[in-house]
Amino acid sequence: MSVSQLVGAKIHRREDPRLVSGHGRYVDDMVRSKMAHAAIVRSPFPNARIKRIDVTEAVKAPGVVAVYTARDFKAVMPGPMPKPGPGFTSGLKTIPDRYPIAEKDARFQGEPVAVVLGDSRDQAFDGAALVDVEYEQLPAVMDVEEAMKPSSAKVHSDAPDNISWDMTYTGDDVTAAAFGQAEVVLKERIHQQRLAPTSMETRGVLADYDAFDKRLTVWMSTQNPHFNRLNFATTLGIDESQVRVISEDVGGAFGSKISAYAEDFLVAAASRLSGRPVKWIESRTESLQNTSHGRGQFYDIEVAAKRDGTLLALRVTQTLDVGAYCAANTTFQTCAVLMAGGAYKWQGISARSIGVFTNRVPTDPYRGAGRPEATHLVERAVDLVARETGLDPVDVRRKNFIQAAEFPYTQNFGLVIDSGDYAKTLDRALELAGYKDFRQEQSEARKQGRYLGIGLSTWIELCGFGPSAATAPATGGVALVESAQVRVMPTGSVIVYTGTHSHGQGHETPFSQIVADALGVPMESVEIRHGDTAEGPAMGYGTYGSRSLAVGGMAISRACGKVIDKGKKLAAHLLEAAEADVVFERGSFQVKGSPDRAKKFAEIAFASLGAGLPEGMEHGLEAIAYFDPPNLVWPFGAHICLVEVDPETGGVDLKKYVAVDDCGNVINPMIVEGQLHGGIVQGIAQALFEEVVYDASSGQLRTGTFIDYAMPTANEIPELTLDRTVTPSPTNELGVKGIGEAGTIASSAAVINAICDALSPLGIKHVDMPASPDRLWKQIEEARATAGNGQKGVKA
Amino acid sequence: MKRKVSLTVNGTRREDEVEPRLLLVHYLRDVAGLTGTHIGCDTSQCGACTVLIGGKAVKSCTMFAVQAQDADVQTIEGLATGDQLHPLQQAFWDEHGLQCGFCTPGFIMAGVYLLSQNPNPTDDEIRKGLEGNLCRCTGYVNIVKAVRTAAKTMGGQVKQPQATAATAGGD
Repeated sequence: MSVSQLVGAKIHRREDPRLVSGHGRYVDDMVRSKMAHAAIVRSPFPNARIKRIDVTEAVKAPGVVAVYTARDFKAVMPGPMPKPGPGFTSGLKTIPDRYPIAEKDARFQGEPVAVVLGDSRDQAFDGAALVDVEYEQLPAVMDVEEAMKPSSAKVHSDAPDNISWDMTYTGDDVTAAAFGQAEVVLKERIHQQRLAPTSMETRGVLADYDAFDKRLTVWMSTQNPHFNRLNFATTLGIDESQVRVISEDVGGAFGSKISAYAEDFLVAAASRLSGRPVKWIESRTESLQNTSHGRGQFYDIEVAAKRDGTLLALRVTQTLDVGAYCAANTTFQTCAVLMAGGAYKWQGISARSIGVFTNRVPTDPYRGAGRPEATHLVERAVDLVARETGLDPVDVRRKNFIQAAEFPYTQNFGLVIDSGDYAKTLDRALELAGYKDFRQEQSEARKQGRYLGIGLSTWIELCGFGPSAATAPATGGVALVESAQVRVMPTGSVIVYTGTHSHGQGHETPFSQIVADALGVPMESVEIRHGDTAEGPAMGYGTYGSRSLAVGGMAISRACGKVIDKGKKLAAHLLEAAEADVVFERGSFQVKGSPDRAKKFAEIAFASLGAGLPEGMEHGLEAIAYFDPPNLVWPFGAHICLVEVDPETGGVDLKKYVAVDDCGNVINPMIVEGQLHGGIVQGIAQALFEEVVYDASSGQLRTGTFIDYAMPTANEIPELTLDRTVTPSPTNELGVKGIGEAGTIASSAAVINAICDALSPLGIKHVDMPASPDRLWKQIEEARATAGNGQKGVKA
Repeated sequence: MKRKVSLTVNGTRREDEVEPRLLLVHYLRDVAGLTGTHIGCDTSQCGACTVLIGGKAVKSCTMFAVQAQDADVQTIEGLATGDQLHPLQQAFWDEHGLQCGFCTPGFIMAGVYLLSQNPNPTDDEIRKGLEGNLCRCTGYVNIVKAVRTAAKTMGGQVKQPQATAATAGGD
């Protein structure tokens, strides 16, 4: 075992010099000769029949190369787009076929209707403006509860009830006894508004089909190039070996660049049809309108407890707005009900999930995907119990935590939580937040009519997808393991190929820390490669679900192990020692007890390509490893938010935000903190600011620009206080868990719990998101009116 | 009908024939080949396309290329001196002020302008000064820190950006 030098250290990112100097390689920076530009004509209506498309004027416009409609695309891709596998949802009822372009029916605003190619971007847009489409507007389904009524209009004729799935995981029977003995039963409906993921780089595709070699090369902004390769091959009928997907620098993704999109196929097919490379870069409005949305759900929960704060049972029904079609990973969001128990022990949990079609853009995973929803509902439930029983929310949590000694712990749905110490993160967070002092301050402030609040979120997460047995069904057969290849050059430099994909996470740095330590070589001689399907092992699985380190890092670590094993055999031969007597330490193969009998890593690398290898040994020093994790990994933590609500404006002042998290062993603390910062702010943004809004009657998107979609700026965000504990994961040899989504999973609940706590003197028990000044002000006014005809004072 | 425009970009004089409707950001990216200036929205909210014109921060999607006639434009590519990063670039690197890097050039250019006007900003002034730029990855925590660090390494001195010619319109 080599002494760790780099793992655990704050090493500055290797990718940054190119990015801070303007030399990143994003898809829109790529140019091919004879490249045409695509503009997409989209349906302006949420539900419409296409009566006629007239392209006469468009094709005559200067610089227009071609105009394609569904009929043209059918010739090169007759079939539908890839469909979701059953995932966690074995009860999928209806998955309608979806084609990349509408032929007769356009079922959401923004669905592609025609593609115009121009010699320049502007000429393509000019052409698109001249495509004349006659639509017959049809009644649109814009509300989930309306959609479920028999009288509702229908999104698909083959889903007569607008239901995509209705799955009961566990019935009310598993909670009947607990509800029978309950002293407290509380009900609430908790909304999860639709959100737009909004990576700063929108989606983009540059496709170049070579008709002579029958080869397709695609540069694109994606989280998983290998799955894109598979999708292009099957949808376009091209041999997979002839498809190459390249995704170098990607300007953020947050889950929105996992699934296949219509435009991916349209651009690739347009290149095939036109014989030219074709580039399409999504505009921001197209992105807010057409890139999959996140959340879009509501939860009906019922919690049973005792007066002493003991949690007994939970009943949860998730109702999810699927949108007009099932996006390829939409069913993943149902994991929210399987995670609904959070960090607590329950006698039983009844869980049901319903997926409902509407005439809106499909929903799909967005940072956290199901786990923020689970945290939000269970952390709200615990606070409701505390409120009802008059107990401190801290005490209710402590009383019901799964205890440190109880891990590995099998939760209500049979998932095994690998390790944890929930009280430890909570204790530290309370200390950093100054909990007792703030409670004192809160009580003083209330006397002055000021509304201070404290919100807790003792979150847990399952991530690191995942064990093959659990994940293969979700993708239709391809298990989400991870691959790595370690290739040692003659001089001892190392190139590592990983099947994960970095779109801001900074994999190049922690992965090279792991390799440099494992092989005892300087970090500078380690090159990390990803994002090009022409390189490395046959399959890669991409980055989502906080999996890259716990699964991809482990594949790298295992491949390094294979290289060392071979190096030991060769060193033993060259040193004339028994293999069992050779140890590898700090980059040197040496005979145990004789440090002068040693070969450096680079010497062995060189020797592996020379003459005189042991009999039967192949040349070269390189290895491929696939890592199939035995379990998921389970990070956790405690977040505390302190707020003051202004009752006259409904404005929320975030006074302090404390987060103590535990993701097992840490490879690079700087990157872990960065992931938490961004994640926490995304959750705060959901709690306070962001919402995708459609006009209820016309179905038109009202948040189609950054003027209307309220992403926070630096000016709205407080300083964050972070700390961590380290509880290694027993699931993998690195002892690591994921941290990419943790902040978002935790933070919305902390903020909303703080606001509810602040407004508790007014009798307000629950607040939905976003807790905008408008929403809060109305709720405060209503509460005051109820409390005593507009009385402005504080209720004792 | 194309029109001639002549301007200075990162110290180099250029003359090009462009369509009057061509935005400055598209001119910089597509005509001048300087792809470090990014496009993150259609409505001048995100600030990814921020450049300096006569030392002043300007969102290059808010003006046409022809409006930059005789202007002195500095982009992210013109900030470093050879391999020597500008103190703000260095500070973004040191303080982990970027993740995906897409918004970063805009933030750095806005930061350069901010520090040229206010060499010793408070955190509140930094946050206020950068509110024309959006970032989705960092939660802004380390961006604020980076500007603070750069202010320190620049010694709190008012340092005019290298390019100092008269500015054209385009505010």
